[in-house]
Amino acid sequence: MNESRVTMPVITKPTNTADNGTEATTLTRRLLPNKKDRRGAIIGWLFTMPALVMYAAFVILPLLLSIYYSFFRWNGIGPMTWVGLKNYLTILEVPNLLMTIVNAFKLVLFFSFIPVILGLIVASIIHRIAPGRFGSITRTILFLPQVIPLVAAGIIWGWLLALPGLVNQILESVGLETIVRAWLGDFDWALPAVGLIGIWVLLGFCTVLLLTGITKIDPALYESARIDGANWFEEFISITVPLLRYEIGVCLTVTVINALAAFDIVYVSTAGGPGNSTAVPGIQIYILAFTEQRIGLASALAVLLMILVLVVILPIQRLSREVK
Amino acid sequence: MKIGRGELFSGRLFLILLMAFTILPFVSIFLTALHPSGTVPSGFSWPEDPQWGNFVEAFKVANMAKMLSSSAFIVIAVVPVSLVIATMAAFAIGLLRIPGSRILLMLFVFGLTLPFGGIIVPLYYLERAIGIYNTRLAIVLPLIGLYMPFSVFWMRAHFINMPSEITEAALIDGASTWDLFWQIHRPLARAPMTSLGILMSVWTWNQFLLALVLVEDPSQRTMAGALGAFQGHYATDVPLLCAGTILILVPTLIIFVLFQRQIITALLQGSVKG
Repeated sequence: MNESRVTMPVITKPTNTADNGTEATTLTRRLLPNKKDRRGAIIGWLFTMPALVMYAAFVILPLLLSIYYSFFRWNGIGPMTWVGLKNYLTILEVPNLLMTIVNAFKLVLFFSFIPVILGLIVASIIHRIAPGRFGSITRTILFLPQVIPLVAAGIIWGWLLALPGLVNQILESVGLETIVRAWLGDFDWALPAVGLIGIWVLLGFCTVLLLTGITKIDPALYESARIDGANWFEEFISITVPLLRYEIGVCLTVTVINALAAFDIVYVSTAGGPGNSTAVPGIQIYILAFTEQRIGLASALAVLLMILVLVVILPIQRLSREVK
Repeated sequence: MKIGRGELFSGRLFLILLMAFTILPFVSIFLTALHPSGTVPSGFSWPEDPQWGNFVEAFKVANMAKMLSSSAFIVIAVVPVSLVIATMAAFAIGLLRIPGSRILLMLFVFGLTLPFGGIIVPLYYLERAIGIYNTRLAIVLPLIGLYMPFSVFWMRAHFINMPSEITEAALIDGASTWDLFWQIHRPLARAPMTSLGILMSVWTWNQFLLALVLVEDPSQRTMAGALGAFQGHYATDVPLLCAGTILILVPTLIIFVLFQRQIITALLQGSVKG
């Protein structure tokens, strides 16, 4: 039975897999005498215990502690003072703290929107003009930054964007000496510069994911479009983008989490500076907790960050899944 | 299908430019690493006298041998344990469908979007309290916990698609639940377990935040964490910093070249399923 399930490609569109196996369950159940059910359930639960214990101890417990700490004023050593929601109000009132959330959303533009849009364009170009070896080389090369540590990406670009770095060298060679600067040390340009690092890291991921999606689109659609004389852009707008809505949703989800939870790249390249111009929640939590010893405030920001990620991700998930 | 020459040309040019954008940064730090230590070279120039010794120097001053063995230890401590316990849980949730498996699954799925930054502060105090702060366990234990949502979710997707005949046949033969898991389903789950193992190894190697906060001593950290410390010390010596960065990149790039297909598909499937 269910041959199709076994051979189903591993990258699956979302289906209600949870319900697919009820048949299997009843079959298994029928094989086990009823009095054994209880014992079976207990053994089954024992199987989940190691994972559950590790998850509870090192994820759920700290998560609850984050919420707990967020209601106190605490320097990490002395007594804790209950302050209610004051830490949350402080974040909303102090411009430097609120700014970190605004910066997180600005990073979404660079870490998420640009790689997804550019990735769509690149994937559709590869699909249209370079389906062979050239395309697969492009794919592999664009993917490279995805496997190196983000810290390394930060260090590399920290040097490229420095005053004597490659970026300025290129600008000079094309006659743009006037805009040469230390990009990561510039109040206006530091954030876009950090964003550029994100584009570099995430473009390959988006391209490859979207390309896999395109190859699953019925080629007959493209063929008939081309017979009708559709150019690249018409093909892109009328076939590729609408039929890739699910993959686009996945790309957005992953990259938005990367943007909102950014830490490594920012810490290494600017550490939040100059001033507070590239401070994102991750960095600010670190500074508040480990250099300013304001544990309660850091925890409140951590809780807000977790809520923020959920609030942004859930609608994207819902939208991309509804399409199916 | 005919595609115009002009379009072919401009499309290829665009792709080549993007490849240059991806590759040039690597070339630039490589060239920089060959300049005399302590100088500030320009971003893209072949040194008159390439200093290959910089790599040796970086290897020594960064205590690279120790960092490599520390990272390897952490990967070896994290990955097999995570694989086995996540697979066991996924087996119970996806195949045995124990009562409450729906709620369990939701509990794990909830952790999928959790930013590490959200729990790093309490983790620090928790680890000080139980006395593992500043040891390799300080990274190992939380990583195992943090990998559970993804790993359980990933392995469950495998088990849920297993045909029930296999299970039925084994039960008729009188296999215990453990035999069913270890003798029959673990070998069948080899492919998704391999992908997951590769993914977790790369993630562990590259893990920075946990290493930065929970371990002060760079020689007890992951590779990425150690690189962060190295940057702190040698930020002004650009050639040496670039040489150190390359040394840390090379293992990940080698792994990528060797397991390219698995890594790419694993990363993609991982996000699609997630």
